Amino acid sequence: MNFLEHVAKARVLAPAGIPVPRAVHCRTPEEAGSAFAEFGPCMVKAQVPTGKRGKAGGIRAARSPEEAVEVARAILGMTIDGHAVESVLLEERAEIAREFYAAILNDTASRRPLVLFSTEGGMDIEEVAESRPEALRRHPVDLDRGFTEAEARALVSGLDLGPAAEAIPGILAALYRISGQVDAELIEVNPLALLADGRVVALDCKLTLDDSAAFRQADLAAAAAPEPMTALEREGLEQGLKFIQLDGNVGVLANGAGLTMTTMDVISHCGGRPANFLEIGGEAYTKSEAALRLVLANPGVKSLVVNFCGAFARTDVMAEGVVTAWKRLSPTVPVFFSIHGTGEDEAVRLVRDGLGVEPYDMMEDAVQAAVEAAR
Amino acid sequence: MIVYRQHARVLVQGMTGKQGSFWTEKMLACGTNVVAGVNPKRAGERHLGLPVYATAREAMAGTPFDWAVMFIPPAAARDAALDAIEAGARTVVILTEHIPARDVIAIHHAAAGHGTRIIGPNTAGIVTPGDGFVGIMPGHNGNIFQPGEVGVISRSGSLGTLICLNLTRAGIGQSAFLGIGGDPMIGTTTRDALEALDRDEATRAVVMVGEIGGAMEEEAAAYAAGMSKPVVSFIAGRASPPGKKMGHAGAIVSGAFGSYAGKRRALEAAGVAVADTPGEIPHLLRSALGAPRDAAQAVPLHA
Repeated sequence: MNFLEHVAKARVLAPAGIPVPRAVHCRTPEEAGSAFAEFGPCMVKAQVPTGKRGKAGGIRAARSPEEAVEVARAILGMTIDGHAVESVLLEERAEIAREFYAAILNDTASRRPLVLFSTEGGMDIEEVAESRPEALRRHPVDLDRGFTEAEARALVSGLDLGPAAEAIPGILAALYRISGQVDAELIEVNPLALLADGRVVALDCKLTLDDSAAFRQADLAAAAAPEPMTALEREGLEQGLKFIQLDGNVGVLANGAGLTMTTMDVISHCGGRPANFLEIGGEAYTKSEAALRLVLANPGVKSLVVNFCGAFARTDVMAEGVVTAWKRLSPTVPVFFSIHGTGEDEAVRLVRDGLGVEPYDMMEDAVQAAVEAAR
Repeated sequence: MIVYRQHARVLVQGMTGKQGSFWTEKMLACGTNVVAGVNPKRAGERHLGLPVYATAREAMAGTPFDWAVMFIPPAAARDAALDAIEAGARTVVILTEHIPARDVIAIHHAAAGHGTRIIGPNTAGIVTPGDGFVGIMPGHNGNIFQPGEVGVISRSGSLGTLICLNLTRAGIGQSAFLGIGGDPMIGTTTRDALEALDRDEATRAVVMVGEIGGAMEEEAAAYAAGMSKPVVSFIAGRASPPGKKMGHAGAIVSGAFGSYAGKRRALEAAGVAVADTPGEIPHLLRSALGAPRDAAQAVPLHA
């Protein structure tokens, strides 16, 4: 889950002792006008969980209370990268001397936390890695040693940090410490700025929390930015189902992420277009009735493939849910089954007796028939 | 140890729970050498005819084991895995999905220190037809698994099951099914599994099932290029919409890796035949076995 800049700064960076600019969070142009009094000249920053704010005109300067109101009003009406701007952050206008980059993330390759630091802040880190690899330092953290100020000092040694050299190791160590405390999947400060007055502050912050750790980060998780999703996707989430609505016409109901993706691949291979991704893997396999409702509620669906291959999931339990829901909903779209694995015999019997439908022997054949029926 | 053999003794952590009991019974029926279970609240009892211990360490002292398999919820998975690692398990199979990433990192760190092989997290387990299985795979179902000479590697249990079923129906048995897990930070990578099957004497050819994302298939392709055993692959996710990106710092780690096209290119450049659908795999396997890259290495499917 992702967080707005002001939440990441106020709830994570500041309590960790990482300096952030003075700021006020505002929901209306009027609030922005009165907040201006606290700052004088300031920046008005759209609060949306995307990195494309600057280029989209979501960050602008204000030099008077009137201008703060006007700029806030303009930004509050914007939609940036699919996110409607619902609030702005008024932040002291800082004169920037140097921009650095710092991030902590969970590195899948080393299976360790990874510290990244670059002297080229303010630009995309992929770009830095490409054009100035010597400006980028990476350090996979050994859990026995941790990542203290001493490690941080070693990481940045040899880099020209100017007057920021004193502050940066402490900030990196604090960033590492807090990343573990809040179960951050990614915490990125870009830019980490050296100001003309000598302060080193986090000017922006991107924070992604590990979804799997939400149970032990309940307070912070409650402050996460809502994910943009369709009404059906939200309904799926509320039912504990991972549902992604697509623009095709062949509905997909399968168990497990791998088999679901493969069913979509075969639909596409047969010249059709999948209408959704829906995973009912793991314990979710008992929710096939709710899952079927979701798939059929998608107005684009012209036919349906039900592809079950039971390993952990029992196909008889899934088939029973589908047959029950089918009778209740009485949909008119044609449905094509392929059922194998754990509970197969009973599942095939349920579908045959309950719906009068004969499952296909090969999933490719079931998919081919569904694609043709959707045409 | 990645390929399960019957002489290996298995401890089931969380054996007395609903899923633990269900799958322990299946494993035993399939011939798996399950020797004991763990549940701190029921230590000293017997369950399914096996002794129950409070911890893996106590189990190791009373009923030594080689493998541990965990039926443990996410919040308790770290401690259970560390218990098994510190007890001296050679291999720990972690079935649990949604373990916090920092806990997974701690598990891998401890495993590296003890020389423990981690399989998973979020794996469906390991099947060796004829020997048994460890995990939550239908290893007992003869329509799906039959002894043979083809090793199968898959991140996904359901897709792996479908592919083994297709092989069995085509008369192609399996030497091993290695479920390596769908999590981003897994202990046994596609390449690790491929190396294990390359060394495995019972395996004559490999089916490597991959997925979009990460760089594991590319790394495995680099290894496959030097193998004499034929390798056939299927990569799931070709038609999937681009996934949620982790952000800039995430992209730098994966670099240019992760796309379907990139994985397929790397595999084909390594001489690996890539199937468009799972149903094509048996055919590709037959032609790969009929015409290996090194003709002198030609082997019949059934010795």
